[in-house]
Amino acid sequence: MGSERKGLGYWLLAGFFCLFVLFLYGPTITIMILSFQGENGGLTFPMNGFSLHWFGRLFEQQAVGDFGGSISRSLILGLVVTVVTVTVSLAAGLAFRRRFFGATPLFYMAIASLIVPSILVSLGIGLMFNVLGIEPTWITSALGAHLTWTLPFGLLIMFAVFNRFNRAYEEAARDQGASPWQTLRHVVVPILLPSLIGVGLFGFTLSYDEFARSLMTTGSYNTLPLEIYGMTTSVTTPVLYALGTVTTLLSIVVITATLLTLTWVQRRRAGKGSDAGKAA
Amino acid sequence: MSAAKPALRLSALAPYLQATPLGLVLAVFLVIPILTIVIVSFWDYDSVMIYPDFIFLNYEELLGSHVTWKTYLNTLKYAAFVWAFTLGIGFTVAYFVAFHVRSSTAQMALFLVCTIPFLTSNIIRMISWIPFLGRNGIMNQTLMGLGLTDEPLEFLLFSDFSVILTFVYLYAQFMIVPIFNSMMRIDRNLIEAARDNGASGFQTLVNVIIPLTKSGILIGSIFVVTLVMGDFITVRLMSGGQSASVGLMIANQISLLQYPAAAANAVVLLIIVLMMVAAMLRVVDIRKEL
Repeated sequence: MGSERKGLGYWLLAGFFCLFVLFLYGPTITIMILSFQGENGGLTFPMNGFSLHWFGRLFEQQAVGDFGGSISRSLILGLVVTVVTVTVSLAAGLAFRRRFFGATPLFYMAIASLIVPSILVSLGIGLMFNVLGIEPTWITSALGAHLTWTLPFGLLIMFAVFNRFNRAYEEAARDQGASPWQTLRHVVVPILLPSLIGVGLFGFTLSYDEFARSLMTTGSYNTLPLEIYGMTTSVTTPVLYALGTVTTLLSIVVITATLLTLTWVQRRRAGKGSDAGKAA
Repeated sequence: MSAAKPALRLSALAPYLQATPLGLVLAVFLVIPILTIVIVSFWDYDSVMIYPDFIFLNYEELLGSHVTWKTYLNTLKYAAFVWAFTLGIGFTVAYFVAFHVRSSTAQMALFLVCTIPFLTSNIIRMISWIPFLGRNGIMNQTLMGLGLTDEPLEFLLFSDFSVILTFVYLYAQFMIVPIFNSMMRIDRNLIEAARDNGASGFQTLVNVIIPLTKSGILIGSIFVVTLVMGDFITVRLMSGGQSASVGLMIANQISLLQYPAAAANAVVLLIIVLMMVAAMLRVVDIRKEL
């Protein structure tokens, strides 16, 4: 497609793309603005002054239930899910590079895990704990429920990564006498680091925002999305928007930190003149 | 070829050790729970307890009620609309970024712009439509300001319109990402060749790009359809209790502690979703495309 490309078609598509971005970000930006609504302001425009009132309300226990507790549970759970997702997907990704008995059923199981509606996973785990007489808690049953969602994504990303992985690096390490563990630790993991960080980010955000799979698996102490959901039915003030702003900002901090880390890793490699990153 | 001889026995064992954690998690938290649902769907229950039994009553009650059929139809309707819209939007957006944006840095940046909202909370993203669509919301204020209507439109919030709009808003990324991914893997020489042979832009799109993007479209479609079929929170929040979906029906049965009824419903939903996925896989042979 040559230079005549920037014709009418290009500008129509560009316009469509801009509208889509507006559609994607407009609502979120709107509630961010509205969360600074004045004390007497309502759920929509006009802005009735400008205040931090609703953010203050957020941290009062009785106003919005257990915001502090639920956010710390969600953060801890998200971190655990991240660590487990990265390790388990990397291990499984390594396994799938070779033929092994049961590889195909395991692959289909992972795909099924993406296709089965979340509410079934939630109901199934809830029922299983019920039948076994075990109390579901956010760090046991909810952790398992979240992993059924994050692991298949992690595995698929690892497939894509290993498809482009140059095995010569491993063979070179082995030829120079590295043990399998040393090869993994000093060659494979550093080369895959950016992808592993990506898998981790995926795991964290999917878990941190997961609602349906948490519904029947969290037990007595809510995670943040459940708490937010409870609020949507009972809270009719801009405090809801303040909550939205805080959680969205938290997500953005996590995403930005991850992207910065990635850039830093890439730049450090470039600085060292290593070509390792180009393989991944 | 690559396995060193002395370590052969250990290395033959390695894939099993490496795959075990994944297998264990999926067995304990996916396979056994679904088997539990199937078993419990044949159990009996009253208002306080569920009892082991083998009865078909839950299925008879479910399939004998016309509310069930209406709810399933309504959910299919949502799935069809959302699929059509997300496919149209997803394909257009991916096409623009993949073929009309030249620099790969700009492509990456625009791709990130499209995917970052996916990493933030769905519930918050749903709520953020409320100030837009409400009776005194931005949409109505704008329409009335422009003189397009005299009184606020009531159908904007808490209707099928708001449900479908929110679904499209939430799930468009699931279409964009796989379609963009397949488009980026298309050999640019093919497009060059099509043009050299006199194909118009549109002919290239229909005869070259769309066939080569099939696998991405399929993966996106599977995601969108299964997400909509199983959803309950979007329908509950955005329809304001006016509409029903299968997921919502199951969630209501759960909140009434009618677990065996919910389980029977879940089994039927699972069968339908699997049939839909199987049908989609028949249209496009994914293994051939990958």
